[in-house]
Amino acid sequence: MSAAATYAQGDPGATARRRRRTAAEWTRTAIVTTAFAAVLIAFLSPLAFSALLSVKSPAQVTEANAPILPSDPATYDYNGQTYPVYYVPLPDGTTRELALVKKGRASSDFVDPANPGAGTITWQGSWRNLDQPWKVSPHWDNYANVWGLIDFPRALFNTVALALIGTIGTVLSCTLVAYGFARFRFPGRGLLFTILLATIFLPGAVTLIPTYTIFVKIGWVGTWLPLLVPAFFANAYDVFLLRQYFLTIPRDLDEAAMIDGAGAFRILRSVVLPQALPVIVAVSLFTFVYAWNDFFGPLIYLSGQRELQPLQVVLANFSGIYYKNPSFIQVGNMLTLGIPVVLFILFQRVFIRGIVITGVEK
Amino acid sequence: MNQLPGATAALPRVRLRRLLRRSSRPMSPLARREARQGLLFISPWIVGFLAFTLFPMVATLAFTFLNITLAQETPLRFVGLDNYVRMLGDQHVWQSLGVTIRFAILWLPTSIIVPFVVALGLNSKYLRGAGIMRTLFFLPYVVPFVAGVLVWEQMLTDDGWINTFLNLIGVANPPSWLFDAGWIYPALVFIGIWGIGAGIVINLAGLRGIPTELYEAARIDGAGAWATLRNVTIPMMSPIIFYTLILGVVDVLQYFLVPLVLKNGTGEPAGSTNFYNLNLYQTFFTFQEMSYGATLAWFLFAITLFVTLVLFVLARGRVFYAGER
Repeated sequence: MSAAATYAQGDPGATARRRRRTAAEWTRTAIVTTAFAAVLIAFLSPLAFSALLSVKSPAQVTEANAPILPSDPATYDYNGQTYPVYYVPLPDGTTRELALVKKGRASSDFVDPANPGAGTITWQGSWRNLDQPWKVSPHWDNYANVWGLIDFPRALFNTVALALIGTIGTVLSCTLVAYGFARFRFPGRGLLFTILLATIFLPGAVTLIPTYTIFVKIGWVGTWLPLLVPAFFANAYDVFLLRQYFLTIPRDLDEAAMIDGAGAFRILRSVVLPQALPVIVAVSLFTFVYAWNDFFGPLIYLSGQRELQPLQVVLANFSGIYYKNPSFIQVGNMLTLGIPVVLFILFQRVFIRGIVITGVEK
Repeated sequence: MNQLPGATAALPRVRLRRLLRRSSRPMSPLARREARQGLLFISPWIVGFLAFTLFPMVATLAFTFLNITLAQETPLRFVGLDNYVRMLGDQHVWQSLGVTIRFAILWLPTSIIVPFVVALGLNSKYLRGAGIMRTLFFLPYVVPFVAGVLVWEQMLTDDGWINTFLNLIGVANPPSWLFDAGWIYPALVFIGIWGIGAGIVINLAGLRGIPTELYEAARIDGAGAWATLRNVTIPMMSPIIFYTLILGVVDVLQYFLVPLVLKNGTGEPAGSTNFYNLNLYQTFFTFQEMSYGATLAWFLFAITLFVTLVLFVLARGRVFYAGER
């Protein structure tokens, strides 16, 4: 008897088994999904932490028992004056939120915000031992303050300019080199490609010292040139990524164009590039985010040149100076990470595809 | 050459004779034209490689036998192996190498296992919303690293969120992560794990590439979840694991930027963040001793080469390339 026939006739045992299995699968799905969601929340909590800290007041940051959300101690306006509010344990055993209007060592005067007309209540004990209630209030002015403190527009302009010029140079040069490796046969191609890939393994320190020394001698240190010029000479990761993609594009159209008399550049521009648009976008985004996040290059080549430094370096200096005001540092963080994160969220498929090509496919 | 792990595995497999054979054959005019154009297209990289890689490499090697400093107060001269002798007797170098190795022992397994396990989970048929979770796990990877370090610095303070959480689950005296030499490495590992997004994506792509017939066959043979993982998933993933290991070794030997930002390069607490590359960086930029810095750089290069070569030899026969012919 075929499986379909069994199914049609209805086998009560099978139906029960199927139902049991779905129940078991449902439980497993619930457990796995919940566990993963919990791990993910923990994994992303630093971002939430940073966002919350960026709008906290200095008073809250230093207070040990302050709440998680950005808050200020509650206050109450009474007779044109602002008074702090405290949790006051009253003789009848209840605890009420009362505003402290007159401080005293052994006893203090309070007023009840719920019933200000009743006048002051005198309470025996030291107000210093009382806890304060907190009221949620984000300090957006932290952002305005930091914006002014570090000449944020200038640093942002530097970051964007460095990242854009570097991206243009990288995409141009890597496209040409990848096209050369993917479409032309020449002696030593395999060896040269292997050397290209081997440069990935070379510790940066090995080439840094003479490079830096030469940049000092020709007066490039303290300018953007050491950061931008090398971008126009291709790099192993992006050439590899582009070449892998070019190899997947069929050569038929190339050959048709060649027969029509198109030269190598013309074929690259009119035949290969239009088909390679996804990978060009991927390389551009990667390079842009990488350049945006670069710290070490600008740190060594632009030290002391404050008006030329990008956000990363400015932020690191800023955290050294304002280490006592963690809120300000997190404001800087939120402002710095904003653009890469937004770019990633918009183009996440492109990013993930690019990583898969460099890491897995050969 | 269509084995999986991309860039890395191809390297030792290049046969020099095969590469050179083509050049000894006489070329037709058409082929010569093609070769000329190809070389023209790759010329930006050739120029860049000569100027920014090969020449500096050779120069660094030459520096190690000289007495160059940025100020050059003593006349430039050939000093033979003096820099190497000084390095061998330099307590600071060996201590910093020890720091790097200690951290690597903790970091390397973590950086390989965690993305693998997360990818296994994301690939599970019991997970709902895998797409959005994959995106969110990747997200911290694009957070600029200075910003990431400064966020974690606050997370890991004595009354930060990590310790608040530990208090909540009943740990009475949570560690002082950033100020205790015994806890600083786990703290650095936390910071590192935040950027494993790319590793997760690579592992996930590898898992998706395993033919389902293999799992089918394992099921018919009566293999349980553990046996399937051991006998199907891990062997099929070995090229990816090897790839992450090799790049991880190269990276961890150069590790120093996180402690540089976190501790301002002081090596606190108690010298536990005096990484090899931090020492190299300071020799070069703070003390401006080009020749000694170059010696330290070549030593690092030699260690990197040695470790990766040993790994390639050890991997022979252990890494399974499904596409190998």
